[in-house]
Amino acid sequence: MLEPFMVRALVAGLGLAIVAAPLGCFVVWQRMAYFGETVAQAGLIGVALGLALQMNLTLGVMLIAILIACLLLWFSRQKAVALDSILGLLHHAALAAGVIAVSMIGGPPVDLMGFLFGDVFAIAREDIVWIFAGGAVVLAVVAWLWQPLLRLAIHEELAAAEGVDRDRVLAVFTILLAVVIAVAMKIVGILLVMAFLVVPAVAARPLAGTPERMVVLTALIAVGSVISGLWLSATLDSPGGPSIVIVMSIVAGISLTRAALKGRQ
Amino acid sequence: MAEREGRKSPGAEGAHGHSQVQGDDLSCRPVARPKSNIPFDPKSLISARGLGISRNGRDLLIDVDLDIREGEIVTLIGPNGAGKTTLVRVLLGLEKPDRGEVHRRKDLRIGYVPQRFDVDSVIPLTVERFLRIGGNETHERITTILSGVDASYTRDQQLTELSGGELQRVVLARALLRAPNLLVLDEPVQGVDYTGEAELYNLIGRLRDNHGFGVLLVSHDLHIVMAKSDRVICLNRHVCCSGVPDTVAQHPAYVRLFGAQAARALAVYRHHHDHSHDIAGHTHPAQDSAGEDPGAQGGSRA
Repeated sequence: MLEPFMVRALVAGLGLAIVAAPLGCFVVWQRMAYFGETVAQAGLIGVALGLALQMNLTLGVMLIAILIACLLLWFSRQKAVALDSILGLLHHAALAAGVIAVSMIGGPPVDLMGFLFGDVFAIAREDIVWIFAGGAVVLAVVAWLWQPLLRLAIHEELAAAEGVDRDRVLAVFTILLAVVIAVAMKIVGILLVMAFLVVPAVAARPLAGTPERMVVLTALIAVGSVISGLWLSATLDSPGGPSIVIVMSIVAGISLTRAALKGRQ
Repeated sequence: MAEREGRKSPGAEGAHGHSQVQGDDLSCRPVARPKSNIPFDPKSLISARGLGISRNGRDLLIDVDLDIREGEIVTLIGPNGAGKTTLVRVLLGLEKPDRGEVHRRKDLRIGYVPQRFDVDSVIPLTVERFLRIGGNETHERITTILSGVDASYTRDQQLTELSGGELQRVVLARALLRAPNLLVLDEPVQGVDYTGEAELYNLIGRLRDNHGFGVLLVSHDLHIVMAKSDRVICLNRHVCCSGVPDTVAQHPAYVRLFGAQAARALAVYRHHHDHSHDIAGHTHPAQDSAGEDPGAQGGSRA
């Protein structure tokens, strides 16, 4: 019935869908999509690093992503230039640097498209271990930080005045984000990973009345999208990661259209 | 006046009387500069001495002294860019001063109502949940506090559905849930008409009378202030003057201007400065000590 590679793709995709849900919601609340995009695209430099040092690629991406994320967080503390402008500059530069770095590494030719858009049907057992081990840690930390994260999302200044340590909470969150980006790279690629996080959260927003319900709905939408996206991919022989993201986007489109129609009444 | 005097501690009064309001003095006195070394007032909830902050070579605060005592309503006024929000951030501990010190009484609990509270429509949240997050509140306590700010009916509504005034009262309720002994409100009447302003001042005055906390109220309106203010401090990077407001409820012209209800909550503050500010913010000695208004250009209401 189901080929083993199909089962692995499903298991990996579903695991990522659940881990990504709370992070995706917080990225939407905190308006960090652009931030995540920059961190993700810098991940390609991590691929080059991993290839050059012959280390685990996921680990290479994770290290670089954490490094870039912390750097960006540090930049965000200065007030002279808006972070958005810095990100606009950096995410293209990071991608360009990554492509150059990967292409200049000697040795066997690498599948650049695989890193950019993922290759969910090439997922190995080892990758699944990464997703579930990393995912469990990420979910545990998110649960532990949930209250301060929510308070920051509601009003940063108020939360800080009430004693939430903004810098520390955001730093931990950013590291989690970098970990998920690294783990997700094999599935949806660095160009689509933020879509995998953000699009289901956007789709869930108009349907949710509490933050927690939004996370659950986000996870459900992502799970549904992974299943139907992979089925679509198998049927049409289309690339896996992009197929998942397309299904997510259709769901978000329907949800937003419905909200817009409701809002006009 | 007697009641106001009674609230002050006599010892502290003598220690730095020159920056404090004296009983018979309705105007305010120029503050000595450069700063002397006035000791911290141990009775104060919060006590700042010689605060200075510079950013990018520009002075945002210069030698600011401030004391807020229990039960006292202090109104902080000043034109836009006068450093009011910076001062509040320093008092809240969100920003470190480059110079000077802030002493907080050991039991100080601040309830903070920030300047703008645009709830992001992206986060779904009911009023009740908003009040509960980060705390451990009982249903009854939330009921009491919400009805105290006339917002019981909002309990199950989404924050995004509230009007500006409702949202403000809900944020105030969150501050009150912390059982503060100092309430800090940053420009709560921005973009509100005089009727709305009077209503909010009545509410704050009533809450102060019930709970006995100190209040620091920030406003960019240089002339019309809360009538119950025990002290008005005019800030333009440094403290330009401080004093008590003139009650206007007896003046027919003001009653006509604000309406009888509002006139009771509002008061006029007269500035008496010994200096003026040019457009770059530099101070100049004034010919007439009762003359210049430091921020007439910034004082108009949005």
